[in-house]
Amino acid sequence: MASVTLLSTKGLSRSFGGIRAVENVDFELPEGQIRALIGPNGAGKSTFVGLLCGRIAASSGSVRFMDRDISHLPAHRRIALGMAYTFQITSVFARLSLYENVALAARRSIGSDRASVDREVASALERVGLTERTDQPAEDLSYGHQRLLEIAMGIAQHPKLLILDEPTQGLADSEIRQFNALVRELNAEATILLIEHNMDVVMEIADAITVLNFGEVLAEGPPEEIRQNRAVQAAYLGTG
Amino acid sequence: MDFGPYLLLASLEGAVMAAVLALTAVGLSVVFGVMRVVNVAHGEFFMLGAVLAWWVASWAVGHPAIGFVLALILAPILVGLIASAADMVVLKRVEYDPERTIVATIGLLYIIQQVTLMTFGPEARPVQPPFNQRLSLPWFEFGENGFELVWPWGLGTTSYKLFVIAAAIVILLGVWALMSRTKLGLYMRATQLDRQMAQAFGINVERVYVSVFGFGAGLAALGAVLIVPIQQAHYLMGGDPLLLSFIVVIIGGLGSLFGTVVAAVLIGMSDGVISMFFSPTLAKILSTLLVAFILIFRPQGLFGKRAA
Amino acid sequence: MRPEAKSLALHLGLLALLVIAQFVVSPFHHGNLSRIMVLAVFAIGYNVLFGYVGLLSLGHALFFSAGMYGMGLAMQHLGVSALAAIAVGVFSAFVLSAVVGAVALRTTGVAFMIVTLMLAQAGYLAILYFGAYTRGDEGFVIQPEFRTIAGLDLTDPTVRYFAAFFVLAACLLLTLRLVHSSFGRVLVAIRENEERARMLGYDVFRHKLIAVIISGTLSGAAGAVYGLLFGYVGATFATVQYSILPLLWVLLGGAGTVIGPFIGTLFMFYLIDFSSGLTSAYMVVAGVVLVLLTLFAPQGLAGEVKRRLLPWLP
Repeated sequence: MASVTLLSTKGLSRSFGGIRAVENVDFELPEGQIRALIGPNGAGKSTFVGLLCGRIAASSGSVRFMDRDISHLPAHRRIALGMAYTFQITSVFARLSLYENVALAARRSIGSDRASVDREVASALERVGLTERTDQPAEDLSYGHQRLLEIAMGIAQHPKLLILDEPTQGLADSEIRQFNALVRELNAEATILLIEHNMDVVMEIADAITVLNFGEVLAEGPPEEIRQNRAVQAAYLGTG
Repeated sequence: MDFGPYLLLASLEGAVMAAVLALTAVGLSVVFGVMRVVNVAHGEFFMLGAVLAWWVASWAVGHPAIGFVLALILAPILVGLIASAADMVVLKRVEYDPERTIVATIGLLYIIQQVTLMTFGPEARPVQPPFNQRLSLPWFEFGENGFELVWPWGLGTTSYKLFVIAAAIVILLGVWALMSRTKLGLYMRATQLDRQMAQAFGINVERVYVSVFGFGAGLAALGAVLIVPIQQAHYLMGGDPLLLSFIVVIIGGLGSLFGTVVAAVLIGMSDGVISMFFSPTLAKILSTLLVAFILIFRPQGLFGKRAA
Repeated sequence: MRPEAKSLALHLGLLALLVIAQFVVSPFHHGNLSRIMVLAVFAIGYNVLFGYVGLLSLGHALFFSAGMYGMGLAMQHLGVSALAAIAVGVFSAFVLSAVVGAVALRTTGVAFMIVTLMLAQAGYLAILYFGAYTRGDEGFVIQPEFRTIAGLDLTDPTVRYFAAFFVLAACLLLTLRLVHSSFGRVLVAIRENEERARMLGYDVFRHKLIAVIISGTLSGAAGAVYGLLFGYVGATFATVQYSILPLLWVLLGGAGTVIGPFIGTLFMFYLIDFSSGLTSAYMVVAGVVLVLLTLFAPQGLAGEVKRRLLPWLP
């Protein structure tokens, strides 16, 4: 079966005051994949996804999403087209309840009908296992639970593309196992692009891996191939 | 009077205005630069300087110059102390949060202004200048005898006005020296650059803030003492300097001392000149709109550098 | 009871109290209450922006006076009826708030405060500059014979009271509806975490702009009604002081609560009224209250009640 490309970039670049954070990246993400984006610290991973969803303006290059050039759309329009983005540093609405956090995510796509919002919130919170805490303010949650809330907010948006920026940071091992299962489950509905440091997670759930180094694509391929790749080892371990 | 002499007269009046404005605006700018807060009560510290100058001068005996010199020393110090006290009691407690500080200093504005109304009263009161010789100024003409100097009627200034200009220049040079040559100036610049880092290097940031807030208010008061022999002391006189200082600081670039002085000269001179030819209200409308649009479209000011 | 039902009951209760008050309070307080109710509409309008979006404007006198002068000038120079004049006033505030919002919202934080302050100052100066029409500082009186709507004499204290009550009630219920709507919830989301709201796909600028327009238009409606009910249009209402007052009322009553602005207006009105009996420098009270509020009760009266006792308070 020929796969359909959901998202692609051509020559995508961004520099900050002369420093090139992302340099001339051509990237293709087929629909239905779980793609991991890895690379050493400062490789430009967060900047790259920032360029995809419009948080950061590109210096040059283009982004296509669902056969549409979205390079000039502001962030909120891109999100409305079917992207969801979870922040690296948790960024929930701290003083609002979990219910309201997820409801805000749900309402944009399904409207304000109370019953369907309730249903949506309940199902999203259940999938991440936070049902009992529905009415608590988000600031009362532990860091790991706030990350799960972020993911619930992503789920409630029913995105075509779910971008997760370091989702397992700060999670306990048991929570990570849960998380892996959850991502596989979500993959039935959404294509997933995930920035991840935890290589166990990457190797276990990713269909394919893209390696960024100094803002450029260093390698791309299935997990086994990447594991064997000399250049990737060099970039990570500093040996050649 | 012909246009030429008229313009010279307007520029002289403008220069006096610019001198006082530069002092007041530099005070506001230093506070904003180092502490990153906007002091809405700044105009009231100016007013307080003028009122205290009247108070000191009316207690002094002998030649008016004695009262004036005493006022020039005491009023800024008193105002600086009051401002430092306000910093410790109020601003420190709201942790210099930018928005809460604005609300709190609006409160201070009303308190200072209204307490002055209760004590000093609603009248405008003059302070005698220490000296006030009238100086006629020459103008040149090409007449039948070629180039010659004439002394048009009405073209003149006073020795005191020239003194104000000179004094302001000296004080500003002093401020510059303080900022660039002394330890306190070094502490201030370090705090301005990076508060946490300054603290890590053992600078008592709290004390720097107290001194800077007092120093900024003291500068405004100094400007007021200089102007009060020309313009009387009144409890509502703080409004205009506040507005103009805002304009100057924003056009000059928030926190840039050099830009502030240049902008003060520009605004002070042009205000003096413009209001001789246009309605002062129209001039004010245009300048407030100018400030609003500079903030919107060029927030770093006309002379400031864009942050990276 | 659901939170929405509880809050509706509370606000209807307040309105009922105000109806009862009309029959029991002395003429002096009766007149005061009429003024307070209209000024509370101003405060409620201010609170839409300050309390729910978290944008602190120092220029709402511009919208209040736009409503007032739109109404007054239409009556004075175009000779339209009182009701049409109110419409002109509200429309002026609507247009002006759209324009101010579109430019001022390019800034945030302190710059937003100063930009709104400057634009309002320009508006005040414009009123003085066009003194030929506006009568400058002096302002002008709206003659009693023109102050009627549908045969009701608005100079009559009882009619005036109920006119003010009607406007307040409409405004209060409208805001209640607004904050429970999904639009209102997005405003709160923007206040709490603007970047997150944007990354949930909400058009933050559009939401803020609509909030500025609602806030400005409500303030303008308050200005228009105030001018008509009390028969005077003057430049004082365009000064900085009238930009600070709604901030003060909302801070005192509790920002981000629907009932707070009314409570704040009520308290502050009587506080100033009381102190102006003691001294001509009565604004010193406003200063002291502002400083004390920022120091000790940034949540305001209703805000503290909400935090401690009634978390469902909208």
